[in-house]
Formats: sequence, C-alpha cells, structure tokens
Amino acid sequence: MLKTFFLGGIHPAENKLSAQKKVETLDLPKQVIIPLGQHIGAPAQAVVKKGDKVKAGTLIAQASGFVSANIHSSVSGTVAKVDVIADSAGNLKPAVVIDVEGDEWEEAIDRSADLKKEITLDSKAIVDKVKECGIVGLGGATFPTHIKLMPPPNTKAEVIIINAVECEPYLTSDHQLMLEKADEILVGVKILMKSVNVNKAIIGIENNKPDAIKLMTEKAKDYPEITIQPLKVKYPQGGEKQLIDACISRQVASGALPISTGAVVQNVGTAFAVYEAVQKNKPLFERVVTVTGKAVAKPSNFLARVGTPMSVLIEAAGGIPEDTGKIISGGPMMGKAMPTVNTVVVKGCSGILLMKDFESRRKEMTDCIRCSKCVNVCPMGLTPSYLMRVCELSMWDKAETDRVMDCIECGSCSFTCPANRTLLDYIRLGKGKVGGIIRARAASTATK
Amino acid sequence: MNLILIALITLGVIGAIGAVILYLVAQKFYVYEDPRIAQVDEVLPQANCGGCGYPGCKGFADACVKATTLEGLNCPVGGAEVMAQVASVLGQEVVAADPKVAVVRCQGSCEVRPSTSQYDGAKSCAVAANTFSGETGCSFGCIGLGDCVVSCEFDAIHMNPVTGLPEVDDEKCTACGACVKACPKFIIELRKKGKSNRRIYVSCVNKDKGGVARKACTKACIACTKCQKECPFDAITIENNIAYIDNDKCKSCRKCEPVCPTGAIVALNFPPRKEKPVVNQAPKPVTPKPDVTPDGKPQAPAEPKAPETAAPAAEKPQTPEQPAKPETENTKDINETVKAETPKQPEAVQTSLFKEEEIGVSR
Amino acid sequence: MDKKLIVSLSPHIHSGNTVKGAMYGVLIALIPALLTSLFFFGLGAFIVIVTAVLSCVLFEFLIQKFLLKQKTTICDGSAVLTGLLLAFNLPSNLPIWIIIIGSLVAIGIGKMSFGGLGNNIFNPALVGRVFLLISFPTAMTSWPLPGQWSSYLDATTGATPLALIAAGQEAGYSPMDMFFGSMNGSLGEVSAIALLLGFAYMLIRKIITWHIPVAIFVVAALMSLICGLNPIEQLFSGGLMLGAIFMATDYVSSPMNKRGMIIYGAFIGALTILIRKFGAYPEGMSFAILIMNAFTPLINTYVKPKRFGEVVKNG
Repeated sequence: MLKTFFLGGIHPAENKLSAQKKVETLDLPKQVIIPLGQHIGAPAQAVVKKGDKVKAGTLIAQASGFVSANIHSSVSGTVAKVDVIADSAGNLKPAVVIDVEGDEWEEAIDRSADLKKEITLDSKAIVDKVKECGIVGLGGATFPTHIKLMPPPNTKAEVIIINAVECEPYLTSDHQLMLEKADEILVGVKILMKSVNVNKAIIGIENNKPDAIKLMTEKAKDYPEITIQPLKVKYPQGGEKQLIDACISRQVASGALPISTGAVVQNVGTAFAVYEAVQKNKPLFERVVTVTGKAVAKPSNFLARVGTPMSVLIEAAGGIPEDTGKIISGGPMMGKAMPTVNTVVVKGCSGILLMKDFESRRKEMTDCIRCSKCVNVCPMGLTPSYLMRVCELSMWDKAETDRVMDCIECGSCSFTCPANRTLLDYIRLGKGKVGGIIRARAASTATK
Repeated sequence: MNLILIALITLGVIGAIGAVILYLVAQKFYVYEDPRIAQVDEVLPQANCGGCGYPGCKGFADACVKATTLEGLNCPVGGAEVMAQVASVLGQEVVAADPKVAVVRCQGSCEVRPSTSQYDGAKSCAVAANTFSGETGCSFGCIGLGDCVVSCEFDAIHMNPVTGLPEVDDEKCTACGACVKACPKFIIELRKKGKSNRRIYVSCVNKDKGGVARKACTKACIACTKCQKECPFDAITIENNIAYIDNDKCKSCRKCEPVCPTGAIVALNFPPRKEKPVVNQAPKPVTPKPDVTPDGKPQAPAEPKAPETAAPAAEKPQTPEQPAKPETENTKDINETVKAETPKQPEAVQTSLFKEEEIGVSR
Repeated sequence: MDKKLIVSLSPHIHSGNTVKGAMYGVLIALIPALLTSLFFFGLGAFIVIVTAVLSCVLFEFLIQKFLLKQKTTICDGSAVLTGLLLAFNLPSNLPIWIIIIGSLVAIGIGKMSFGGLGNNIFNPALVGRVFLLISFPTAMTSWPLPGQWSSYLDATTGATPLALIAAGQEAGYSPMDMFFGSMNGSLGEVSAIALLLGFAYMLIRKIITWHIPVAIFVVAALMSLICGLNPIEQLFSGGLMLGAIFMATDYVSSPMNKRGMIIYGAFIGALTILIRKFGAYPEGMSFAILIMNAFTPLINTYVKPKRFGEVVKNG
C-alpha cells in the first residue's frame, strides 16, 4: 500500500492538461510590474527610484522586518515608476514598474547550464545566500525560505521533506521541472540538507507522475541519503502537515510549528531556486508557470520572469478563449480568482487557470442537510458545517474553541458539499477574525 | 364543623411554612440593587423599544446609574425632557443630547460606478471584502450585499434594489452603531441628525488619488480642495485624498455643496421641512428614475403610513426653488443625465423609498 | 476583453455532489426492499406505497407553496424518500385514510414545521409512523401474512415473530425465512437480504458510512445475549434492519462525526432491545431512533471528530 495522510481528503479530477509539455522560455515583455509584497509578511522597501537603470538580478527592494524577502529586478531596463498598483485582489499595493531594454544580467550570475555539484558554502552562508536571493516557498504560500532554514533554538531538524506532490488539479509546473531539472533539484536538496545539518531527505511524489518518480529514483541513486517516496494520490497531500504525516507518519499538533516533528518541508521548485541561488548566484526572478484550462488552445508550461503580465502568458498559450468566466492564479482548489487579466506573475504563482463560464459559477446554496460529508473529508478533523454556522453568526469565541485556526483552507469541504454551501468562504473569514482576536489578546497580555 | 376547622388549620400551617420558606429564601438570595435604578426606570417612558441601544428601559436605567456622565445616553422616545428628569434623579448635569443618525457615505450605484468583475461567493459583505477589492474599480465603496441590513435590530436600514446601496430610515434609526461595526468598508458613520434633519456630508470614502477615484466612480471625492477653500468655518479637512466635514464645526451653510465638481458632497433635507421621512440618498436623483418609470408604477399610492404619503406632496413645490438648482448647476459639466433628471427628483426618491418591494418584484 | 470576470474564493471546482443525488441514491438502495415487499404482499403493498409517497409529496408541495410561500423543493427526492420509508414501516393492509394522516404528520409536523429539509430534529417518516402506532394501535399491529397477492384490506393477519417472542412463544419462522423475508411484518422490514443489499450499495456509493448500522447491529446482538434473547431473531425481525440501515442513518437527524455516530448507534441498539424486552410494545426500533434523534444535538456538541494532530506520535 502506498503511503498517504490519515484523515480526510478528496479526489478531484486531475485534468493535468499541460503534462509532458516542455518548459518554454517566454519572450520578454515590454514592461514588467514587480509587486513588493510577493511573500507572506511585510512588503519589501524599494531601493530604486524612477529613472534608475537596473539589470536582471539587481536588488530593487530590501526585506523589511523579520518575515520578509528581498525582491530583485527580473529584467534589465529603466525604472518607470515606483507606485501603488492594483494587485491580484484589486487592492492597491506598492510595486516597481520597469521598462524592458535588452536582457542584461548582473555579472555575478552564472548563466551557464553546467551542473555544479560541489557545495562550497557552509550552513550559515547558505542561509544568508538564500535570504539575499529573496527565495520564498514556491508552492504558493510564499513563506520566506531562510526563516524555515533557521529552526527555533529549542527544536531540532531531523529530515528535509521535499514537496513534489503537486496535488492541485491542472497544475504541472513542478512535475515538468522535475523532468527537466532533476539533477539540479537533487543538488538543491543536498544544499537544503546542509543548511539545517540533517542527513536525510525524502522527496514525496504522488503516484500520478510515474515518469517523474522513475527519473528521480534513478538520479537519486547517487545520493543514498535522499529517498524518493511515491505517495497515493489524494488531495490535499501537498499541505505541509499532510505531507509530513504521509511521509514520516508524524502529526503536527494543533498550534505547533511543523518543525516540532523534526521535519523541514520545502517545495521542489524552492529546492531548484535554492540550487540556482547558491551555486549560480542567481536571485529568484523567474519561475515555471503552468497556463492551462479546458478551453485553452495550447496548455503549456512557461519559464516566466516575475512581473510579466498574465495577459502575455495567456496570449502565448493561445489567447483567452471566448467563454472564459474566471481566471485563477494558482490551482482550482486554492488559487485566487482575479478580477482582471492585468495582474502579473509573482514568485508564488504556480499556474494560470482559465475556466469556462459554466464551470466558474457556483450553484445555488441550500440548507445544510448535515450529511457530514465535509466532516469526513476535512484533513484537519474539523466540523466545517458547524464552523461556517458560527462564523456566519459572528460567534468568534465558539469558532476559536472549535479550532478554526487549524483550518488549512484546502477547500475540500466546499468541494464536496452537496448543498453547495460556501463553507470555506465563512471559515476563512472566521480565521481572519479569530486570528486578529488572538493577536490582540497576545498583545494585551504582553503589555501587562 | 370539625372538618372545616381541620382544613383551615392545615392550610394555615402550610401557608405559614411557605411564608417562612419564602422569607428565608428572599433573605438568602437578596441582591442589592441601587434604588436609583428603580427611580430612573420610573421616569422612562416604559416603551421598552430598545431604541437607546439597551435591552429595554430597565437596562437603560441601569446603564444611566452606572455611567459617570450621561453623555452618549439618550432615550429617543422621551427626548430631552425625559433625559432632564433622569439627570435630576441622578443629580447629574444634563448633557445636551445630540441625536445622531447613521449615514451611508457612498453613492456608487451601478450607473456612476460601473462594475469590472462579478462576485460569486457567499452573500456577505465581510466575505466579499475578504475576497477582493470589490466588483468595481473603487476598492473603498459599498459592496452592496447588505451586512448592515442584517445587523440592524430596528429595521432602519434597507438595500435600495435600484441603486444597490443601503438607505437609512431616519425615523427608525437609533444610532446604535451596529451597522457601523458591520460594514467591512467603514462606509457608514454616525453623524448628528442636525436641525430638522438637515445634514451635509461627503458621501464618499475613496482614498485613491483623484484620477483613479474619478475613473472608478463619477461621484467620487477627488480631493480637489475646492470645498475646503470655500468653507468659512474650517470644518473641512482633506486627508488621504478624501474630504471630511467636521460635524462639530460645520454650521450647515451649504457653501461647499455647489462647488463640489463631482457631487460627492450631499446636502440633505434643505430647505427646512417639518418632517421628511428619509434619506441620505435624497439629492442623488440619477438612478432610480429610468428603472422605475417603465414599470408604470412610479407613484406610491399603496403607502401604508399617512404622514409619509403627505410628505412627498409637500416636497414638490419646494424642489425647484432650492435644492435642485445648485445641484443642477454644479453637476452640469460632469453629468448631463443628472441635470436632465433633476426635476423628477422627489418622485424618484420617493419611489426608491417606499416602493422597494414592488420594484424588486418588477425587476 | 470586455466580459466581466467572475471572482470568488477558492475552491473553484465542485465535486458535483448534490442533495438530490444523495436522496435518489438512498431511493435506489431501497429498490430491493421495494421489490421484495411487492413480492410478499402484492396489491396491498402497492397501494400503501403509492399512497404514502404521493401524499407525502403532495403535502410537502402544498405546505411550501401556500403555507411557507417558499420555493418548492419536492424535486430533491426527500419527500419521496420520506413517503417510501413511511410506507415501509406500515402493514400492507392499512386503510388509505390512515396512511394519508401519517403522511401529513410526517411531512407537516415531522419536517416542515421545523423549516424543511435539514432543519428537522426527528426523522419525519418515524414521526409519522409512531404517531400512527399510538393513534391506531390495532390497525398498526395487525400484519398480514405474506403471500396474499391480491388482497388488501381483507388480508389474513397474524402475530409477528417479535410479538410471539414477547408473549413467550417460539418465533414461528426459521432464520432462513427471516433472512429472505417470508414472514409477516411491516412492508419494507421483512427481507433482511434486500435491506443488506441496499446497505452495500449505499456504502459503495459513499452515501452513508458503516458506523451507525454496524454499531446498532453489534450492540443489539450483545444486548439480546445479555437479556437472554436470540440475537439472530432480534436482528432479523421487527424492522431493526430497516431502522438501522435506512432510518437511523438519516443525514439530518443523526450525528455528524464518526465517534458520535458510533455512540448514537450503540444507544439505539441497546434501547431497542430494552424496549423489546421490557416495554409494552414488542417493537422498539422506532422509539429508540426517535429518542436518540433528540440526543443528536447533544452528541454533536460534545463529541468532536478525531482531529489532526490529536495523537502526537513524536519520536
């Protein structure tokens, strides 16, 4: 029996339309808009101003605060303006706009394709390098990677788990990356292992990618300390806690950090970015993005610069189909629907999904029939129907005692609900409110 | 005879025992209550309407006794008279009650603020605000899913199905502030009710720069500072690209209203009328009219309340004189439709107020 | 592109599960029992089933249309299901007017008075059934003997196995008869094999989980051993199968998580046998389920599902 996580889970239709499509390098756009808040935490502070000349890889914004990440220019050209620009949710956020001129990279970046296996830096230097290069978790959560590589003093990392699950339907960017950059990824894993001083790594890959499993297993023969772990297909296996459960059968307690189980989880794309940063000195300014959808003419995987407008990618994939109803940044289970096509590719954008109009509309919501399907599929063992109810009624204390904060927002409950209830909409609202209440309480006890 | 005696004695003894038990229990579980609560309670109107924001008159009396000043405590039913009595009972200063009312500071109806995307999630403003900036280019304006309506305990705020904006019923509103808290966009504000319900305020909360705001909504405040220069009392401040009229400094001279190039400043219930039942959207004549007249039911004869039916009639002769004119002038260059439809104002307003149900159906 | 994009929170895809689908799934699972009841009770069964289903649907329609003035939801199959389950709990010689009263109580009082599907506390079909059982005890407890194809009101009746056991006699039927359903009793309860087929179907389709029925079976068997009754006879007779598989597992009135379901099922099993052993009615399933329905909110409040990370297996 293949390993998987224990509680709940669903099996959405996979629809991996862009599988086996080679990663194409996208032509440079005329202008890029680079948001300064591409990660969880405080937005970076711009260090360039209008009229400055930048090259690809030039630092344009400095991390501000502990949880933050550096931002680098993804193109060479002139800074057109530093301003607030609508982000993927339509809210105005600081961003740097750069007019593209040529494609000149910073001299320090090694642009050769040679594989560089030897790791010369020590663990501290690796973490510094990762921080300097602005690497964030590329699975979608965009948590700054260097923080994950500095476990709190009372914890001990035992194993690195690489998330190559890609459990979201439609998305294939990680899959394709593995097929094309297997060697680099394995070196990246070695670097990550060295950075936290562990001698064991597990790469978890779902069983629906047999070619990737085969290739990685073959390549990993040179690295006895790296295990390739095929996993049974089940959503949300790519959730950090679910993946730890699936790979090493340890469960992260409620409210605890994943590191408490001794596991450091990194996305496979992050491992590749770490390789490039440490071995090639290349900051994170481009990534593989899947452009897909049932009506898309050419579902593809593109290597796109950060800040490229999504319309450019969609155009390259054959343009927007006539009956598109929804454009999603990310996968269909956890991605964000975007109000316009004018938003740009950011570090955490793993895919662009165009849904047909009839697929995009939710069906009418009816009363809860208490069928307990949501309870059965919840990977965190919550009671979503009850949580929705209390959040709807603004009973935040009840939501807190029923552990609304444990919710990982995987969407399994809303996905499965026969009454089409908007379970996650309200639970997410409750998470925000309860999180605020908990922070306020912590702040008030701290001042006392 | 004997039988009667036995019965009497038995009952008497049972009664006595009961009395003793009652007495002891009353002693044991006696809760001290400030006698002034009962005194205050006595002068209150005992309508138990909850209009003060407390659970009934007793609750309000309790709050009055516990409060150090009577500021912010007001019995809307009894008014100043009752509050003076309450103050005398408690030996406190009479705080001049400044009746307030909830004001919706957004005029972004479908026509002035075209939508750029469509929301398809839970029918709750809070959830929608959590999702994205809103269906329109304005990320500050009303979402229109009616969290404020749900929050109102007094049935004083309703969505106007034509404009898609909430409207406050001045008479029912008790200024309890529930809608202010419910609105995730912080659009609703409690403002002084004003003499004869006359109010003037900036009906926009868009903090974007003028150009952006104007593009998103033709009624947006663009922070042009014209009103600030015009105001003789320094009541208008402009911060974060948005003008704000200070309630305390404003003398309701209405000089700012005509100079506003976008019509973001709204003046209500001018010229004086004894009683006019509603609404902050009153001077905004744009939207309701075209939607309603084709239905053939623009008039409101099905009006349940007599005084309210009377009001619009009184309204008509006055309209062309004062409130309509300045607005027509100042909005001329901005919005031709506004001008064209201004004379129809009372009708339109009235329809939007009273015929809500019918409009909803006919749509 | 001038078309407005749709914006909503994730997830953006849906499984396609529907309330209707779940209800029709249960109806399909009831088909074997339906066929066996027609096979054993013929015309009587047909009349009772048709009357119950039609009147339940009609009452739901009328109440929603004229009393509550809401959108009618008779197409979702829940009223059909209630009618069918009610019919399955009635003897095949019941007069039509009693069935109609039962349907009115089931839909009107058991379901719509609470606000319709999803809001009812008790299983509507059981409310109707118990109402009839208390109001018309004679009519409700005289069950025709199987095999009378063309008879309805004139069918010969006889005591059920449970009544015989309660009276201290032998059941009168072999376990084989009971398993296949050749005995007298309410329409749908007689054939254990047909009901178990339905159970298997519902498990495969994931309409229900195994927890409630299995808990009921296990505890009922144990309790009957303790009380000195024959567990086989107890399990296969008197609607225990029907109740455990189709009535106790009713979505709306059963607990929402697996722990709760097991507690709920265990109490139903125990109560049923206790009522059968010590109660005035030989048949205890309906009462046991209704009693536990009342406890469902309590179970939901105090029994929470197994949570992720509850058992920390560190080191």
